[in-house]
Amino acid sequence: MADLYSVTGLHVSLADMTRKPLLGAAPRIGILHGLTFAIGRGEVVGIVGGSGSGKSTLGRALVRLLEPTAGRILFDGQDIAHLPEPALRPLRRRFQMIFQDPLSSLNPRQTVGTILRAPLALHGLPLARAAEALDAVGLPRAHLARYPHELSGGQRQRVGIARAIALRPDFILADEIVSGLDVSSQAQVLALLETLVRDFSLTLAFISHDLSVVRRLCTRIIVLHQGRIVEDAPAARLFDAPKAEYTRMLLSAIPLPDPDQPWD
Amino acid sequence: MTFLAVEGLTVRIRRGPWLLRGVSLAVAAGEARGLVGESGAGKSMIGKAILGILPRAAEVVSGRILLDGTDLLRLSDRDRRARIGRLCALIPQDPLTALNPARRIGPQITDRLTDILGWDRARAQARAAELLAEVQIADPPRVLKSYPHELSGGMRQRVLIAAAFAAEPKLIVADEPTTALDVTVQREVLRLIAGMQARHGTALLFVTHDLGVVSKVCRRLSVLYAGKVVEDTDVRAFFRTPGHPYSAALLAATPKYTDPDSSLRPVPSAVIDAVRAEVAAWDAAHG
Repeated sequence: MADLYSVTGLHVSLADMTRKPLLGAAPRIGILHGLTFAIGRGEVVGIVGGSGSGKSTLGRALVRLLEPTAGRILFDGQDIAHLPEPALRPLRRRFQMIFQDPLSSLNPRQTVGTILRAPLALHGLPLARAAEALDAVGLPRAHLARYPHELSGGQRQRVGIARAIALRPDFILADEIVSGLDVSSQAQVLALLETLVRDFSLTLAFISHDLSVVRRLCTRIIVLHQGRIVEDAPAARLFDAPKAEYTRMLLSAIPLPDPDQPWD
Repeated sequence: MTFLAVEGLTVRIRRGPWLLRGVSLAVAAGEARGLVGESGAGKSMIGKAILGILPRAAEVVSGRILLDGTDLLRLSDRDRRARIGRLCALIPQDPLTALNPARRIGPQITDRLTDILGWDRARAQARAAELLAEVQIADPPRVLKSYPHELSGGMRQRVLIAAAFAAEPKLIVADEPTTALDVTVQREVLRLIAGMQARHGTALLFVTHDLGVVSKVCRRLSVLYAGKVVEDTDVRAFFRTPGHPYSAALLAATPKYTDPDSSLRPVPSAVIDAVRAEVAAWDAAHG
């Protein structure tokens, strides 16, 4: 079976408005410099890198929240890189995103029920799936009537996950979804994600700055540095024998909970 | 010799819930103690109480904060501020909000030298340049003339470290100083804090949610849950055999790439129930 995503020569550059002359076009800043990779069906891919490495930009291009400057993004065989919005819309059900900060990605004036039903209605799917999605993420159905501020951080993030899986997508992009959580909720959300990936045979891209977190969840890891892929390897191989200098540097800088770890 | 001793510190929101429930901890001169716990556990609140910057809505109900033998809570506001200003400093979490965006870096460091130590401007400026060199900033004269927005996150955090050590405080409270930084920058900043703390012989109270960071910087450690100290121990002992089930669960939940199968374990609900019961018992005993 063909790969779910096949990305070739992906470039993204943005206008640098801080250096725009009064008249004329702003200079461009290159964010992603020609990325080529594929994501197979059922793969759980970690995308890691430091701040400014382009990992979120890459994610946003994959789910077409931004249009790449150049390159091809084949999703299930169809090039979505420059597809206009009306043509994208029916496809959007199939690739969903979970955001970093649930407080800013869940409308504070809507109940959980309204938040979960809106995308179902948009795609003409049965609204009963909202309650089923809550079951799947382990929240009581009574939470349909709650507002985001009434929930804990971990619960809010579960609502974000429920909203994504309710549409039964093929692909989910999770962008730093546990970085704002305490370790105990972090562990719960990751365990949940592991189960959902299995039960719904999802393909998942998990963006994180934390290599320890992706180690547990991901089967394959792409390391980004300054808009380029510096390493793309199966998780076990990457952690046992990192090839890129930058990967080794990232790994050695992680403070493990162990006073005996050599860290200098 | 104990430099800071917090004894039975109890803080609540006026006519509201408890924030700190009889917290006791001690920091010896030149020693580094970590304060760990999940969000809402009260770890930052302890630092704020010591520095006299509790939110207005909070009140200290009982307890003592002995700084070099003197109970801060028995001093007049004026004497307390003077004493804290002379002996303590803070390294805050977010360098962008801690630095005044409209002032150059130079005066933001020399303020402490002129105001607390009474130095003249020229002497203070020379010292500020030395401090920036000590935190490994490449071009101190240029940085002293810069505004905060002209510096990277790591540079700003270095500036705040230099400012914290400027007036040679005896105690520094560092409140999640590297949470916003990349791991590679985090390592440099933590080494810097640990190195300066050792060289200057400063006591350090290091607030963090990250057990990995604690294991690199601290010798002693207090684990908090709901404003209550559940464990007070030596860092090495803690990572070998945590003394409280909640500490053990926290450690098992911490991600660890070298050991993926035994890390990131959700905290068992029995452990949460047990530690909540301890807190409830304290509440019952204190009305």
